[in-house]
Amino acid sequence: MTTDHILLDHGSGGKMSSAMIRNIMLPVFENPILSMLNDGANLEINGVRLAFSTDTYTVSPLFFPGGSIGDLAINGTVNDVSMCGARPLYLSVGMVIEEGFPIEELKRILFDMGKAARRADVLVVTGDTKVVPKGAADKIFINTSGIGWIPDGVDVGGEKARAGDQIIVSGTIADHGMTILIQREGLTFDTEIRSDSAPLNHMVQSMLAVSRNIHVLRDPTRGGVGTTLNEIAIQSSLGIKIYEDRIPIKKEVAGICELLGFDPLYVANEGKLLAFVPPSEVGDVLSAIQKNPAGKDACVIGEVTDTRPGRVIMETRIGGERIVDMQTGEQLPRIC
Amino acid sequence: MSIKHAEEYRDKKLSRSLIQEIQKNSRKPVRLMEVCGTHTVSIFKYGIRSILPKTISLLSGPGCPVCVTAQGEIDAFIELSRKKDVIITTFGDLMRVPGSNSSLQQERAKGQDIRMVYSAFDALEIAKINPDKEVVFLGVGFETTAPTIAASVLSAQVMNLTNFSVISAHKKVVPALTALLQTKEVNINGFLLPGHVSVIIGAGAYRGFIKNYPIPCVIAGFEPVDILTSIHMLIKQIETGKKDLENAYPRAVTEEGNSKAKSLLNTVFQSGNAIWRGIGPIPDSGLFFQKAYEAFDATRRFQISYQQTPEPKGCACGEVLTGIKTPLDCTLYKKICTPLHPVGPCMVSSEGICAAYDKYHVENNRGSCNDD
Repeated sequence: MTTDHILLDHGSGGKMSSAMIRNIMLPVFENPILSMLNDGANLEINGVRLAFSTDTYTVSPLFFPGGSIGDLAINGTVNDVSMCGARPLYLSVGMVIEEGFPIEELKRILFDMGKAARRADVLVVTGDTKVVPKGAADKIFINTSGIGWIPDGVDVGGEKARAGDQIIVSGTIADHGMTILIQREGLTFDTEIRSDSAPLNHMVQSMLAVSRNIHVLRDPTRGGVGTTLNEIAIQSSLGIKIYEDRIPIKKEVAGICELLGFDPLYVANEGKLLAFVPPSEVGDVLSAIQKNPAGKDACVIGEVTDTRPGRVIMETRIGGERIVDMQTGEQLPRIC
Repeated sequence: MSIKHAEEYRDKKLSRSLIQEIQKNSRKPVRLMEVCGTHTVSIFKYGIRSILPKTISLLSGPGCPVCVTAQGEIDAFIELSRKKDVIITTFGDLMRVPGSNSSLQQERAKGQDIRMVYSAFDALEIAKINPDKEVVFLGVGFETTAPTIAASVLSAQVMNLTNFSVISAHKKVVPALTALLQTKEVNINGFLLPGHVSVIIGAGAYRGFIKNYPIPCVIAGFEPVDILTSIHMLIKQIETGKKDLENAYPRAVTEEGNSKAKSLLNTVFQSGNAIWRGIGPIPDSGLFFQKAYEAFDATRRFQISYQQTPEPKGCACGEVLTGIKTPLDCTLYKKICTPLHPVGPCMVSSEGICAAYDKYHVENNRGSCNDD
């Protein structure tokens, strides 16, 4: 059944988002930079290599354990620029605010944005604000764009994975998505799980300081680790094998996922990265990540193979095999 | 159950030794059916099919509630959502199920008030704060979910919530097992019985069925060690010619089941004939309102009559749900019928057989009915 309306699934970051981008959007803007479909665009202007990225933030609730829409909007774009191997420098901020929104809450959001920008060492250098009539937006939407400088010798991209590359995840998965779900739905779990919202630029810089051979950097946000690995497998035309028992996840997050029938591999992260590194340099890169407080649980979860191109296969904890496919749409809580 | 407790049932070593035992004991080719959708997903999630000996074929049964909800019922849900001043409340996995022309998800995008809830009690809350609207809960599920829906109806009565009603499309598992064994083409050597349903109905609920249709049956939990233990027990029964009911999930399932839940269920609902999507009518397999609670029956309140709608052309969901075919044997599977554009219900629900195959099945691993 095809649809003539936009569904929430079109925004899930999975197959439906991907189909919308490829079928409706890419043909309009057709150009080789956009067609790379990376987290940001890699540009070269008068011999200077730059990364440029944009993202729009809408989250309910606006404030949640571990963060708010404010730090999410800064960290998210800082991270997208960082995933191009760049050092993020300048950000723009655009806001769409619903009539009647409390100024006090706006101040709290701005405070969080300021704090996050200082933590990431980036400057917000331009901005725009629009106010729309009540009901025309849900409280506040924030767009940020960011620009950063790519150092010489750095060459990362989703299409650059190579067979044999080791895949590092920088910490526990699914923390952000499950925190938001619990808060949004008012689910009463006795838990202290928090969003992992954090800037990753300092982590990336320390990684690049020990290795210029990092092939891929991605932050598995919407769609989670599962969807991001699929994107990389497709972009690089290689296979990916991961091992279930190596994937770091907090016990309480795993428990809540199970209760609701969610697969943590498809749940959003906001302060984690995936790095594809040749085996000879994986030790150095891993220790560089682990030195960062946000990377203490980092580990190798799998490798790139030259079999089954475009596919992500997981060896399960009991030694079986299964596909990790790209997510179709939003995960829906199940009946039983 | 603590999380640590569950971890023990995912133990690699224990799983390995069970697999070895199964390999040692399994001689003749057998076709085992896991009845429950949660089993189907667990089997895929842990890659169990890929490590079993070639002698064992696992078939998925009609135990995904969304998959067996008749298309006529789905159409009625959609029709109801278009009525003025009606709020539809539903569990998430019904949202994408295709009716004849639309789905609840598409209706929501067009502006109908359709809300996902985690419990029927959330629907009660919505009814309480929206006294000017009719709040209808779509009751889809087996004996596992029906008791909590029954409890919500009883609460609505106590709260005097006259704007709350339920469509009961609940179904019972045991009549479906009977119907399966009465179907000529069905070829099953043993059942993995659903753990969650059995927690409610108890092992005793299967005694009559086994007496009338002797076949090896094991009540199974959902962790890999549970499932492998159950498969091992089934293989041992089959190899030694036994046809018994065994309980491999004693930490949760008793002989009597949960008497409080059963009493709730029987207070509000009674059995009646129901149509299963892809299978057809099965006697006494549905749960409908008792006369005393008819006031909460949305089908009466909104005078809903279900239309018989033909299954989509070429869709093999019926044969898939009865284990006659696997998704790999369906000509539409992955060609025309995909999670993005599902034709049949088995491709929609997260517990649907075709969706599970699409999501987890590694192409060169076994899985077709023609493999053995």
